[in-house]
Order: sequence, then C-alpha cells, then structure tokens
Amino acid sequence: MNAPLVEMRNISVSFGGIKAVDDVSIDLYPGEVVGLLGHNGAGKSTLIKILSGAYRRDSGQIFINGSEAQISNPRDAKAYGIETIYQALALADNVDAAANLFLGRELMTPWGTLDDVAMEAEARKVMARLNPNFKRFKEPAASLSGGQRQSVAIARAILFNAKILIMDEPTAALGPHETQMVADLIQELKRQGLGIFLIDHDIHSVMQLCDRASVMKNGQLVGTVNVKDVTEDDLLGMIILGKNPEKAA
Amino acid sequence: MKDSKTTKASEVRGEGMLTRFLRATELDVRVLGMVGALLVIWCGFDIASGLKIPNSGLFGGSFLTPRNIWTLLVQTSSIAVMTTGMVLVIVMRQIDLSVGSMLSMVAVAGAVVQVFELGPWLGVGHPIIWIAAVATCLLLGAAVGAFNGFLTAYLQIPSFIVTLGGLIAYSGVAFLLASGVTIAPMDRTYSIIGGGVPQAWLGPTWSWLLALATCVLIVLGILNSRRQRQKFKFPLRPVWAEVFLAATGSAIVLGLTKVVNSYPWPFMLIKDYAIAHHVTIPAGVSDRNGNAICMAGGQVVRCVDGLIYYTGYAVPVLITVVVGAAMTFVASRTKFGRYVYAIGGNPEAAELAGINTRMVTVKVFALMGFLTGLSSIIASARLDAATNSLGQSNELYVIAAAVIGGTSLAGGVGTVYGAMLGALTMQSIQSGMQLLNLPAAFQNIVVGTVLVLAVFVDQFYRRRVK
Repeated sequence: MNAPLVEMRNISVSFGGIKAVDDVSIDLYPGEVVGLLGHNGAGKSTLIKILSGAYRRDSGQIFINGSEAQISNPRDAKAYGIETIYQALALADNVDAAANLFLGRELMTPWGTLDDVAMEAEARKVMARLNPNFKRFKEPAASLSGGQRQSVAIARAILFNAKILIMDEPTAALGPHETQMVADLIQELKRQGLGIFLIDHDIHSVMQLCDRASVMKNGQLVGTVNVKDVTEDDLLGMIILGKNPEKAA
Repeated sequence: MKDSKTTKASEVRGEGMLTRFLRATELDVRVLGMVGALLVIWCGFDIASGLKIPNSGLFGGSFLTPRNIWTLLVQTSSIAVMTTGMVLVIVMRQIDLSVGSMLSMVAVAGAVVQVFELGPWLGVGHPIIWIAAVATCLLLGAAVGAFNGFLTAYLQIPSFIVTLGGLIAYSGVAFLLASGVTIAPMDRTYSIIGGGVPQAWLGPTWSWLLALATCVLIVLGILNSRRQRQKFKFPLRPVWAEVFLAATGSAIVLGLTKVVNSYPWPFMLIKDYAIAHHVTIPAGVSDRNGNAICMAGGQVVRCVDGLIYYTGYAVPVLITVVVGAAMTFVASRTKFGRYVYAIGGNPEAAELAGINTRMVTVKVFALMGFLTGLSSIIASARLDAATNSLGQSNELYVIAAAVIGGTSLAGGVGTVYGAMLGALTMQSIQSGMQLLNLPAAFQNIVVGTVLVLAVFVDQFYRRRVK
C-alpha cells in the first residue's frame, strides 16, 4: 500500500491539568473514509482540531504524504490541502454565501479589489453541482437553513481542491433528505481520491460510510478497526466500555 | 423556509408598491428611514426658528438657509471623518474610547511642531511647516492607533479597557505637550484645511465642475456594475430603477452644490479681499442705513457696494466626502474590509478560515488612529489653535454617530454612509437647538435621548423584519 495521506503519531494535548488527547496515533489513506467515534468529551474534536490547526499539540508528530508537517494555525493546514467542515458550521453570518465560500481566499480583480461578481459566478457553478436548489447567493448566511449552510460549508472545502477533508458531524443539523445528499457527496469525494476523517455520533451512518473506524475514550485511542469486520454492537462496546472486539485485532 | 414561500406567493401579485420599489432599487429601508428623519429634523428646525425670528429659509426660518447648511457641513466634518473609522472598529466587535483624547494629543503635537519647533527655525510661512505638521498628525495618529490595536490583539486586553486607559492617558499627554496653554495661531496654509479662510473655499465654478464630475462618476459606476452582472448573466435591476438611482444621486449632488454656491462670503472678508486685490467696486444698492445690500440665495445680505463672492464647497467638506468614498471602498471592495465584517460576524469562523484576525485588529485601530489624526488637523485648523481640550467628549459623539447610523454594537453590521448620516443628524440637532437659543445642557439631554431612541427604533425594525 502507498504511504498514508495523513499520519498522526503519539499526539498529546492537555488543557489545564486534563489530558484531552493522550498519546493517540491515527492514519488516513487516499480514497478512504475513517470514522472517529466516541462519547462527548472523548477527545475526537480536539484531535481533529490539532490536524486543522485550530489547536496546537503538546507532543507528537504529524506526517502528510510521508513527510513531517508543521501545522500551527489554520493557514498552515490549508497549505497542506486540509479542509475542515466544523460542527458549528463555521460561517460568518453577516456576509453572503459567495463571500463565505471564498473567505480567506478571495478572488481579486487585476486592480487588487474584491471580484465579487467572479466569486458569485464560481459560487453558482459549484453550488449547481452540490445543491441545485440553492438560489440565495446574495443573502447573509444567517438567513440560510441548516442544510443550505451545510452545503455552503462543504462547497468551501470542494472549491479549493482539498486532499484531506475533516467533517465534524456533518449531518447533525440536517433533515433526512439533506443527510442523504451529504452521504452521496462523501462517496463522490472518495472516488476522487480524497481522504476523509468523519466524526459522527451515529454508528449507523459510520457503518454505512466509513472504511475504518477509530474509537476514542477519555482522551485515549481504544482501537482502530475495519468496519467490514465488526458489528454495530462491537463498535458500541468499544465506545461505551473501551473494549476491543475479540475477533478483530 | 415557510417565510420564503409566503414572499414568493406575494411576489406574484398584490405586493405593495413600496416593497417592489425597494426590491428593484436594492435600497436599505433603514437608510431611507434615516434620510427621512433627517429631513423631518431639518424642516422642523426651520419652521420652529421661523416662528421665533422669520428668516429666508425654505419654511421661513433660519435653518434651511445656504449659510446654515454650509456651516452644518463644515461643523460635521471632524466627527464624520472619525466615525467612518469607528464603524469598522465597532463592526469588528471592538470599541475605541480614546479618539477624543487622541485628537487633542495629536492636534497639540502638530501645533507644537509648527508653532514652537519649525516656525522659529524656518521662518513663519515656510511651506515645509504645514507639510510637516500634517505628516506629524497623520503618522502620530496611526502609530497611537496601532499601539491600541497591538495591546488589544496581541496582549489580549479588552479594547474597552485599552482605550479607556487611552482616554485618560492621552489627554494627560496633551496637557503636558501644550503645558496647559492654547497654542495659536496655526500656519496660514495649514489653517486652509479648517475651512475658515477664503482660500479654503472652492468658489462656484469649481464647485459646479466637481459636482458634474461626481454625477458622471455616479452614472459610470451604475453602468459598470450593470455590465459586470450582464457578463455573468446575473439578474439585473430593472432599467427604471437604475435610472431612478442615477437621477436621485445626481439631483442630490447638484442640489447641494446649488445651496453651497449661494452662500456669500462674510461682508468683512469681501471688503478685505477687494482692497487687497484692488478690485473695482461697482455701485450697488444701499439699505436705509447706507449699507450696500445684495441678494444671495433669496436672502438679503450686506456686501461691498454690489460686490459679492460665493463660497462653494469648503476644503474640510471635500476631505470628508473623499474619506467617506475611500472608506466605503475599503469596507466593501477590499480583502481587508471583507475580513473586518467576517470577523465581526463570527470571529471563530474567520480565524478558522485562515484570516490573521490579530493583524486585522491592529490595522483597524491604526486606521482609526490615522483618521483621528486627520480630524485633529481639521479641528485645530478650523479653530486656528490647539488645546488639550480640543477633542473633549468627541469619542462619545463619534460612537453615537456610528450607532445612530445603524452600526450594531454586537458586531458585523454597519455602513460607512450610515454612520456619516448619523454624524450629520447629530450635528443638525445640535446646531438647530443653537439656532433656537436653547441652553447647552438642554442640547445634551436631547442628543442623548435621540441616541437611545434611534437604537430602539432600529432594534424594533429588525425584530419586525425577522
């Protein structure tokens, strides 16, 4: 097999005296979806925020395509092709969809001013692919529904040719139809060779969407399993009891 | 979702004229409301002052006269310039309480440079003096602002505290720099920036040319944006709406120019000018006391034997308009402006999007400081003196103007032109009450009440819309 797209080795981080992530190692290969499971406070989001540059690790190493990466802020992570879709749907509520799509990487005219028209055109193009019903390009993000906000957040990641996509509960705020849309999208991105970390509470959707699953409990890694080799009950056991299933090693 | 369906249904038929008009022109209801309120205030003061002492104003008072409108614009300049920066500060969820003291400090520093340092050394009136004084004010302002921003962004001290400290400390520095005295007079060229001398008045010809150029720019701007949208096949505004916007914009510019072009120079200045320039004075009409009289903008004024000059736009007003246009450009057309609004809307999202929020914070405060420096030049040049009390309470007026103009203290929302309208509204109320001879204490009560009322109406409107 090729070198992993991402390898996080022996990552630790503490807040105050509490070890939020304790010596955790996970990896991700191209065209693969790895689920991250665990209770609230198990350290999933913290671990992933280290990869996306929002938090800084205390110790451990990150390798991207086999070479060590220095990620100390979100800008560094983006330079490595890491895009994150946050649980809280990190959009600036007061600016419109196109502005949110291009936030931090605006298209400029030759005179160094914002090229809003070109950005709106690009936004229309990418949204036509993702969510053809989306028409509210001129309205502030605050007036969008949960699903519309989610499509904007996902479009952001796609627009900039992410190689590594982190999705933190991408379907938490969505209805069934929109959830299906996200599932289809994940399959499509997988085919294009992206690596995806998927943080989710819903074991059912993890079983459906992921190739492997890493389970965390109290900041530590319980284990990583091939989803095909385990049952939903095995995963539940890992999450609740912190116990690896017997048949899967 | 339900809401959007109901609007769609009403779109088909039965939608009110006003709603259709607003949708087509893409005008902000709240700005229209503010313009309406301003017109009511203007007319109200004109009527009220006319009841006391009849004059030549539109409704028989002394408020809507060329003289008062002209003065109003000049008086608003200093606050209006600062409020364009305060909008961005507040939009980014920060506050700057130090601008008043900073204005005094910077103005005094500029005065020390021209009066005590360079004046005696280079000789009074040397052109380097005013340039050095202007540069001192602008650079010092920007530096002090950047310092405020640095403390806020990198040392994580809340801007309320940083600038509250600045409010107290900078006025102390101003006092020390000036040794507690009033420094005067300013350099002759420097004082042109204040708009109080004939050299600072553009005169009718240039004012008209400038107005026409502005109208051309308005039309070109509308055409350009239409062409851009056509190129990408986006929905366009109806043609009647575009024509309406161009016509209204031009009418306002031309109307205002007509007004400032009917304000004559003060009588004594015409006399001085005529004598100094050996102008032949035509024979004029005299009033009962033997003073020459002329007609100016429907008003009878004293003049020098039929000789009359009109002021046109004054330099500080031009500076304000240019600053307003530049700041609108910065806020809406540059990356920096986009980031300021994004940070105000959701600081975390902006940070996660890879924006260097700390650097943007420093830049916003530095810009605020630069504009305060500019205002300090206008204020000290207008007074022809600098004292450590020059900018006293200005921070409150600047913040109030921004808030009256629709800037939300919760961050993310606010426009430069709204804030400038807010500054004009506040100045109108103050000068209107001065015309009515109401005591200063009463003026404070009214301005304070208007501030609270304006925010209440704004909140009420927003809740209703949502």
